[in-house]
Amino acid sequence: MIAELGHFAIVLALTVSIAQGVLPLVGAHRRIDSLSAIARPAAIMQFVLLALAFIALTMAFVGSDFSVLNVWQNSHTDKPLLYKISGVWGNHEGSLLLWVLILAAFGFGVATLGNNLPPTLRTRVIAIQGLIGVGFLLLLVFLSNPFERVFPVPAQGTGLNPLLQDPGLAFHPPFLYLGYVGFSIAFSFAVAALIEGKVDAAWARWVRPWTLAAWVALTIGIVMGSWWAYYELGWGGWWFWDPVENASFMPWLLGTALLHSAVVVEKRDTLKSWTVLLAILTFSFSLLGTFIVRSGVLNSVHSFATDPERGVYILVFLVVSIGGSLALYAWRAPALRGGGVFAPVSREGALVLNNLLLIAATATVFIGTMYPLFLDAITGEKVTVGPPFFNATFMPLMVPLLAVMAIGPMMPWKRTDLAGTLSRMKVAAAVTVAVALVTLYLSGFDPILAVLGMALGTWLVAGALVDIGERTQLLRIPLRDTLRRGYNLPRSAWGGAIAHAGMGVAILGITGTLSWEIEKLQIMRPGERIGIAGYELEFRGVEPVTGPNYEAARGTFHVYLNDELVEIMQPESRRFTDPPMVTTEAAIRPRNFGDLYAVVGDSNGDGGFATRIYHKPMINWLWIGSLMMAAGGLVSLTDRRLRVGAPRRSALPAKTERRPPQEATT
Amino acid sequence: MHLRYLLPGLGFLLLAVGLGVGLTLKPREIPSALIGKPVPEFDLLTIEGRDGGLSSADLRTGTPVLVNVFASWCGPCRQEHPLFMELARTTDFTIFGLNQRDAPDDASRWLEVFGDPYNKIGADLSGRTSIDWGVYGVPETFVVDGSGCIQYKHISVMTRDVLEEEILPRMRGQKHVPCEKR
Repeated sequence: MIAELGHFAIVLALTVSIAQGVLPLVGAHRRIDSLSAIARPAAIMQFVLLALAFIALTMAFVGSDFSVLNVWQNSHTDKPLLYKISGVWGNHEGSLLLWVLILAAFGFGVATLGNNLPPTLRTRVIAIQGLIGVGFLLLLVFLSNPFERVFPVPAQGTGLNPLLQDPGLAFHPPFLYLGYVGFSIAFSFAVAALIEGKVDAAWARWVRPWTLAAWVALTIGIVMGSWWAYYELGWGGWWFWDPVENASFMPWLLGTALLHSAVVVEKRDTLKSWTVLLAILTFSFSLLGTFIVRSGVLNSVHSFATDPERGVYILVFLVVSIGGSLALYAWRAPALRGGGVFAPVSREGALVLNNLLLIAATATVFIGTMYPLFLDAITGEKVTVGPPFFNATFMPLMVPLLAVMAIGPMMPWKRTDLAGTLSRMKVAAAVTVAVALVTLYLSGFDPILAVLGMALGTWLVAGALVDIGERTQLLRIPLRDTLRRGYNLPRSAWGGAIAHAGMGVAILGITGTLSWEIEKLQIMRPGERIGIAGYELEFRGVEPVTGPNYEAARGTFHVYLNDELVEIMQPESRRFTDPPMVTTEAAIRPRNFGDLYAVVGDSNGDGGFATRIYHKPMINWLWIGSLMMAAGGLVSLTDRRLRVGAPRRSALPAKTERRPPQEATT
Repeated sequence: MHLRYLLPGLGFLLLAVGLGVGLTLKPREIPSALIGKPVPEFDLLTIEGRDGGLSSADLRTGTPVLVNVFASWCGPCRQEHPLFMELARTTDFTIFGLNQRDAPDDASRWLEVFGDPYNKIGADLSGRTSIDWGVYGVPETFVVDGSGCIQYKHISVMTRDVLEEEILPRMRGQKHVPCEKR
């Protein structure tokens, strides 16, 4: 019964989304207010219906209703409650439902929060959002119904992939989808602006918070996935340049570019058609990612069970939505004339450089991801593209990006006296050189990449500190005044500085792990000791343990520092029966600026066990830095001008925007 | 209309055509396509600390062989490894290892730790040979008959059930699939 209600709700949602997508567009074009007025209630209705459907599916999972095919295929009565719930989106159909639910939630957000938007723009944005919904709901209702029944009803479910039964991964997809789908709003705004033929500061002010929110969610989602890979896959890697990882990374790169170019539109009323194109591309890459994951064109550990019909459908949908919006762009964008002019060396110039480098980086990831497919399509030859390609192409692009990133926020708009700006970076430069020299000395003049990475990371962190220090006149005026200035700084300035510093911290973490990781692989017998990074690990043996839905072999290591017991580490190897699979649970202890990481494997049948011990220096910095980036985004999101929303142009033209103090004086 | 505004759309059009062709390729169907076909030609050196390599000629000696694709970086390989050790102890089957994309000393250290059931090992450093074999995940295991014709392919971890129901009969010449010419 509940499943039928859910099914009914998604069918209704489809019809509502058609109304939401078509009628308001006609209404806005022909100036028929009664048709335009459908937009808001339809968006609200669609959200309510999909929320109902999602609750219905969740109830079926929680109650282990195996008469629902999807529940039977992905759940099991012995599964802990958390994984019964996460099982809802741990499969193609359920995750698609979550996807359309989030899409509808964003439409709902514009419908309910968008009071200060120009009415026709709001109507069109909601309508475009509805049209995207039509595309996905067709797929959901006709090709991926999550409420399909199965008869006779099986007594027990087949279980969720044990690798996915993990708290980190339970919430990885919702965040990722919030990010992917959040970019749909930027897309809808871009298409609506193209239809209206107008892009102005108010438009950019509206696009930015939505993009920022999506970007924050995507950042968190990617970090969660990476962190999961780190501790669950058991070989200590955290990024594999796998096609599906790349599929989430490309929208992130483009979204980052979009965030920055939207600032230029807002403050300087220029780069308009470029920003609109970026908004379209960012969401297009989200859609492309969906296609890659769900059509089976590329091989990946992440792929859902694939179905050629779905692949064909999603491709058609891509052609209509992306092709359509790019055609609209080709037709309408030439009319979007920019206002503000700027010198090449200026804040705008730096942001253009940022965009170019991010686009180039996206292009390299894209080529690396798609090349195997295209080569196969053209010549029939099969290749795989691995990390060496990405390291050789992606990394060099990051160097100039990071170098400029530290200075960019300090450059004034329109025209920058580069020497003046650089002179303010003296302290940062000195710290950077010092860190580089120390690294060079400590690493025995060996890995040049370590020196470069440490220098760039330090440069970014120091640059962000100098930026905030300059804006608050730190040490130049009494501390009290500095604090007051700090309090009064726009939140977006704080957010930017935190995010940039976070990037620096993450770079330091990546560099540290890549350069100084130690790995030890061996057979150990109980009582044996092994030394790593100044610690002694004593292997105490392996004992069996029983979990809720698995049997595990738990190894125990006693960790000694200077003959003193400091940690006990207990990695597990878990054997699940439904479905049969073995997972490793690494034991990880943050220690000494890094992680001690231990994995226990199988017995060699002779009293010994295969063990792997790693020391991963500074790996935590990667997680902390990434979370700082997300936190910076959140702080920026609370900026007054975004909270208050976009004022009408006449009320506060962009040119009289209050600037941070030091910019007014330069 | 300015040409430069058309470029993104044209680029996407190219991409869409490529994706469309890609859909028809279905990389997951490669394995079944190779059953009943001769093994792809290859000639590989072996891993550090062993003699001889592995080439397609070794698969045409008249006796059926098992070819197991493994790597030291592959967790599931560890899980199925005891089964191959057992086969090596209790039967006189020929078992070949295809070591995929491994650092040479990692592979030999791995075999030292877990035991070495292989009669011969080919080191597929570039992954090229694996791709010719249609390998898309490690581990995978093939049964090849005495004439070098692929009889069976098992994807992912070898289990006792699969071993007894699918692998052993074929190693004894049952369920034989006639060989096609390429």
